[in-house]
Amino acid sequence: MTTSVVVTGLGVAAPNGLGTQDYWSATLGGKHGIGRVTRFDPTNYPARLAGEVPGFVPEEHLPSRLLPQTDRVTRLALVATDWALKDAGADPKDLPEFDMGVITASAAGGFEFGQGELQNLWSRGSQYVSAYQSFAWFYAVNSGQISIRNGMKGPAGVVVSEGAGGLDAVAQARRQIRKGTSLIVTGAVDASICPWGWVAQLATGKLSTRDEPTRAYLPFDREAHGYVPGEGGAILITEDAEAARTRGARVYGEIAGYGATIDPRPGIDREPGLRRAIQVALADAGVDTVDVDVVFADGAGDPAGDRVEAEAISDVFGDRGVPVTVPKTMTGRLYSGGAPLDLAAAFLSMRDGVIPPTVHIEPCTDYPLDLVLAEPRQAEVRTALVLARGSGGFNSAMVVRTTA
Amino acid sequence: MNRRRVVITGIEVIAPGGVGRHNFWDLLSEGRTATRGITFFDPSPFRSRVAAEADFDPYAHGLSPQEVRRLDRAAQFAVVASRGAVADSGIDLGAVDPYRVGVTVGSAVGATMGLDQEYRVVSDGGRLEAVDHTYAVPHLYDFMVPSSFASEVAWAVGAEGPSTVVSTGCTSGIDSVGYAVELVREGSADVVIAGSSDAPISPITMACFDAIKATTPRHDDPECASRPFDATRNGFVLGEGAAFFVLEELESAQKRGAHIYAEIAGYATRSNAYHMTGLRPDGVEMAEAINLALAEARLNPEAIDYINAHGSGTKQNDRHETAAFKRSLGDHAYQTPVSSIKSMVGHSLGAIGSIEIAASALAMEYDVVPPTANLQTPDPECDLDYVPVVARDQLIDAVLTVGSGFGGFQSAMVLASPERSLV
Repeated sequence: MTTSVVVTGLGVAAPNGLGTQDYWSATLGGKHGIGRVTRFDPTNYPARLAGEVPGFVPEEHLPSRLLPQTDRVTRLALVATDWALKDAGADPKDLPEFDMGVITASAAGGFEFGQGELQNLWSRGSQYVSAYQSFAWFYAVNSGQISIRNGMKGPAGVVVSEGAGGLDAVAQARRQIRKGTSLIVTGAVDASICPWGWVAQLATGKLSTRDEPTRAYLPFDREAHGYVPGEGGAILITEDAEAARTRGARVYGEIAGYGATIDPRPGIDREPGLRRAIQVALADAGVDTVDVDVVFADGAGDPAGDRVEAEAISDVFGDRGVPVTVPKTMTGRLYSGGAPLDLAAAFLSMRDGVIPPTVHIEPCTDYPLDLVLAEPRQAEVRTALVLARGSGGFNSAMVVRTTA
Repeated sequence: MNRRRVVITGIEVIAPGGVGRHNFWDLLSEGRTATRGITFFDPSPFRSRVAAEADFDPYAHGLSPQEVRRLDRAAQFAVVASRGAVADSGIDLGAVDPYRVGVTVGSAVGATMGLDQEYRVVSDGGRLEAVDHTYAVPHLYDFMVPSSFASEVAWAVGAEGPSTVVSTGCTSGIDSVGYAVELVREGSADVVIAGSSDAPISPITMACFDAIKATTPRHDDPECASRPFDATRNGFVLGEGAAFFVLEELESAQKRGAHIYAEIAGYATRSNAYHMTGLRPDGVEMAEAINLALAEARLNPEAIDYINAHGSGTKQNDRHETAAFKRSLGDHAYQTPVSSIKSMVGHSLGAIGSIEIAASALAMEYDVVPPTANLQTPDPECDLDYVPVVARDQLIDAVLTVGSGFGGFQSAMVLASPERSLV
């Protein structure tokens, strides 16, 4: 009998809401968080919109000694972890230190911190580079800082698989719980809205260059032409179901299945790997397609990516065979943070019996998808499938379901 | 217990002092060092001016001009080493379902060298805060997000199964292989191409380690600059490189008559939850990881024939792990040879854990314990048998290899002969 792994706490930092409550009410209300970049002047760049997390004042949440040694991404991750633990009713001081671990995903680490130190290096000289550069920018920073702040000595991990990484981290957390750790902090928060990060993202040619926030990121729309990047994500508290029950924790649902693939090398005549990832996840969860109540799509926002995803979903579920939604249309794409945020949305959908909407789009009729558009849809949600794809061909799929 | 067992059937190494597993092993078994004064850039502004650089010609290893332009040096290492591991294993990946082949790549700092160079360009030498996108190379995003390394390896070998980069700082090289082992054990893949790569010898890396005095300032005799467990040690020597493995399920490897280097019998990672760069001297968390790895391998401490140490050559590390060995292995720690190959190939951050797994597997292959070079002056705080200067012939059936890294991560892995008796 394999250990069942459940989610007991959520911590959200999203462009359309800081904190789970604000995020969820904004999301059900169709309120987006996309706007002109404020963290630097985007005037001279071809893309000028982003999803920035509003109203985050790190001094209100973190001790002052942590501020000089942390990038914005780590501050958001630490605070989201605090909220997730509180939501789970789990005080790390009460739990055995080796029985708690931290496994996060990252796409770009503390990239803005790295920008500042590269600038110091090249404009002023090597002796001006901060002592904190040795760890504040690297990809492992959030897992390290979360483990230190919360005294968690169990298994640590960090995965990087661009936009798919958030699901890979949660899957790795499930593995480690099955190997015997009771509680693991997982998920991801990403942020690199700084000139250096912007220039790197522009190089992909995939950023939307429109200035109208409601017409910029349009997955599955005939006018799909790129995406709006955002910052934030979600931290989840995952636990051994038995341990959660023993301490009387409220349970959002179970991490029931997972599958991952990577696409064949570009130019090779083989099918992309998303369909296979979905099938592996469903088989792992032991659920049939008819049991799936909603799919949270990745929503690349470019015609090629949208087509691949629409084909994979309709191949597995049939034409218009399952409700599909992309709440990312309200946040932009958050890199590794996007999929954990969708997991949070999936659990909240189960709790409230409602599927959040996909906003701003008029679906392209070529895609045989039942998109939940404009308004939330009332529905009993017992099983949800979350999809996440990453630049470079990464495909991950995760099935979550209620435990009741 | 009927779990799937995972073995190494192919190895390739790119390390300072020689490209290829044979050159690598010759260097180690002869106790030569590959540390030298930095040649990649003018090191004169830096406190630490030595490094272990690899003499690596990407064209000689079959990379095309476009690949050389597109791939950061660490990604070049990864592609070449993963192909080499597949060739060494003799496996015909064309005959395996691509969905059953996974890829796991460890890297601590990703495409640092590429990012450092490109930042200099788009900022016009640091003058522009609003960096200029019109000067950006088209693959800059692949430098920013190093999961590109896993894509490149998967595309190089034709894998389409679960693929990712594992980036846990200086334990990445053990953790990436540990991650891959779990993929095979749980049945998510039958073969995983796993390893790690880092190429951090760049001004930004030298500057950040200068700032915390982690690297050695010993530039008068660079060949002797990396001095793990020696009383005069004063910091590590930055290195670069990669090691990759073909990992397979034991029975299918046996069925195809593969040469088996070793079973990856146990693995665990734990955190010290103490400090991003500092270590407490007691080694409690590393000892915990060692105990767990031994338990997973179903071996008693007495079965360990050789300990491949992290041995970075910083004051705090070598004391910390000496304590961890005693705490986990008890009296057996005093009777077991312990050595640090970082004395010869430096510390290549996320890559070194995999390079050390390769050294451990080759030590089993040849029944030779590689030495700790430059160990001349014993340190009373480091009182184990560190195999100074000269390699030692010895039968080796089980090896413990460990890593310790920024973020507080402590990892341990046990390699063993698949024919060993289990407790």
